[in-house]
Amino acid sequence: MDPTLVGQGLLNGILFGGVYSLMAVGLSLIFGVMRVVNFAHGDMMVWGMYIALLLAERAGLDPYLSFIICAALLFLLGALVQRTLVQPIVDAPHEMQILLMLGVALVLENIALVAFGPDPQRVRSPLTMATLWLGPLFIDMARLATFGVAILLTVLLYLFLFRTHFGKTIRAAADNTYGALVIGTDVNRVYVVAFGIGAACVGAAGALVSAFLPFQPASGLSASVASFNIVIIGGMGSLLGAFLGGLLVSVAESMGAVFLSPSLKEIVSFSLLILILLFRPAGLFGRRMG
Amino acid sequence: MKWAGLAVVVVLLALPAVLGSYAISVFILIFFYAFLGQTWNIVGGYAGQLSIGHAAFVGIGAYTAAILARDAGITPWLGMFVGGALAALLGAVIGYLGFRFGLRGFYFALLTVAFAEIARIVTLNTETTGGALGLYITFTGNPREFQFPNNRPHYYIALALMLLATGVAAWIERRRFGIYLAAIREDEEASEALGVNTFKYKMMAIVVSAFLTGMGGTFYAFYYLSLQPNTVFGIPLSVEIVIRPIVGGAGTLLGPILGSFLLTPLAELSRSYFATGGWTGVHLIAYGMLLIAVVLFAPQGVYPYLRRLLAWRPRG
Repeated sequence: MDPTLVGQGLLNGILFGGVYSLMAVGLSLIFGVMRVVNFAHGDMMVWGMYIALLLAERAGLDPYLSFIICAALLFLLGALVQRTLVQPIVDAPHEMQILLMLGVALVLENIALVAFGPDPQRVRSPLTMATLWLGPLFIDMARLATFGVAILLTVLLYLFLFRTHFGKTIRAAADNTYGALVIGTDVNRVYVVAFGIGAACVGAAGALVSAFLPFQPASGLSASVASFNIVIIGGMGSLLGAFLGGLLVSVAESMGAVFLSPSLKEIVSFSLLILILLFRPAGLFGRRMG
Repeated sequence: MKWAGLAVVVVLLALPAVLGSYAISVFILIFFYAFLGQTWNIVGGYAGQLSIGHAAFVGIGAYTAAILARDAGITPWLGMFVGGALAALLGAVIGYLGFRFGLRGFYFALLTVAFAEIARIVTLNTETTGGALGLYITFTGNPREFQFPNNRPHYYIALALMLLATGVAAWIERRRFGIYLAAIREDEEASEALGVNTFKYKMMAIVVSAFLTGMGGTFYAFYYLSLQPNTVFGIPLSVEIVIRPIVGGAGTLLGPILGSFLLTPLAELSRSYFATGGWTGVHLIAYGMLLIAVVLFAPQGVYPYLRRLLAWRPRG
């Protein structure tokens, strides 16, 4: 095996891992706080991509700027979905929640299909034209920017959750909803904000990859499934697990692409998922099963 | 109730005599999806083990029968059972891993998704299955090859499949087996404490369900005459399988049939109506909204409402 190829694969894996981490952190936050699995996560990501596309075409905004608007709009979408649909079934059995979120996913995906058509699209950004050479390895500037912003957003979310009062309230509600209620927390407000932030994370992730990853309405499903894999592998409800899991799965997939074949790379993450489910269902960095 | 059921079956048997070809094709889909919903119902409804990977069983059954017919000249009438057996084997593997390691709810659902996705990717990358190009069956119209000059025989086969799965479900429902499954669904710890071998009964449920679903794969292959990995193994098909029994009433005998009679014509008509206008996604939006509405307003499905409605009628 050519070491340059392996090195390049490793580099690409790490760079794309930032996006995976951001997606997974969003999913993990929603699950950690509400114990609800957001099956529409990937479709929310696709909406982030299409909003970036609209902003680029209509307002000439580069996705590396417009991701902020995408995140804000997805925050509103997430908050709306939580308030109107998820709130009534927060305490319902898992199965019911999965079906509800599948319904939301179908609606979001197919509104995108009706609005934008089935063809794959991409957002233009001058950054995709630039590359940086590191000896024999090259770095795509767009991917580097995506990685940088994704990591920055994850760190900001971390600071918010650990350093601000409301962030601590969110974590308290995730840890012990009843206890949080007892000390007078407005748990419903926490839920709305947490779902909004989770959706904003994945919306920003969508905008950040829209310049180099072609997307179509049907892309949401595989993005959802990828997020589930990462979160289970990292540990459900653990933010650190989601972050490290994202990097790990991305590197594993790109190594799979190098050593097996690019079309088989997903097999690597699914096999990893099955192994984790069987031998460490709490995930690599999780404490226990929720 | 028994007489009403018999009357409905007689009407369904006579129906093709007065229906046109398009109407028959809609009924074929109603029966076939009711059948798939019923086979899912055994493990997903009665036993309460949410599988979102049933497309894997359809796919294995479909590819097995098609490849056996193409490469070994084995009639699909036999291949159907081989496909069912292989699907049952996969079901046993998924069940063994999932139940032995105590995966429940979302975790079990994800395990089934992972296996279906792996099956899809492997099929996409295998030459014998035609890979991403798909597998095409030449039309001969020969009944020995599970093909017919018109779609009336398909109507009766689909109807027979639906009745077969419903018969199996009814049989299970009346046995101790069915009661154990209901106990597992309602409270697994409690039934274990009472001495129910939950592992054994969950295994039996998934194997029976996978076998029947795999048999259905043969029908799929020789009705459509073309197989694409992304369609037969894809998550969307799994969702189609799950949605009807849930809407109709999971864990009830008539739920999957009711769900299919409600949803399939809706899907079919809106598909043909909207697709001509370029509105391909509209019927799926309606679908999604219906799913949301069922979870929010009728979490037990439509069947319990229907039963209450029937019970109101004064007897005399």
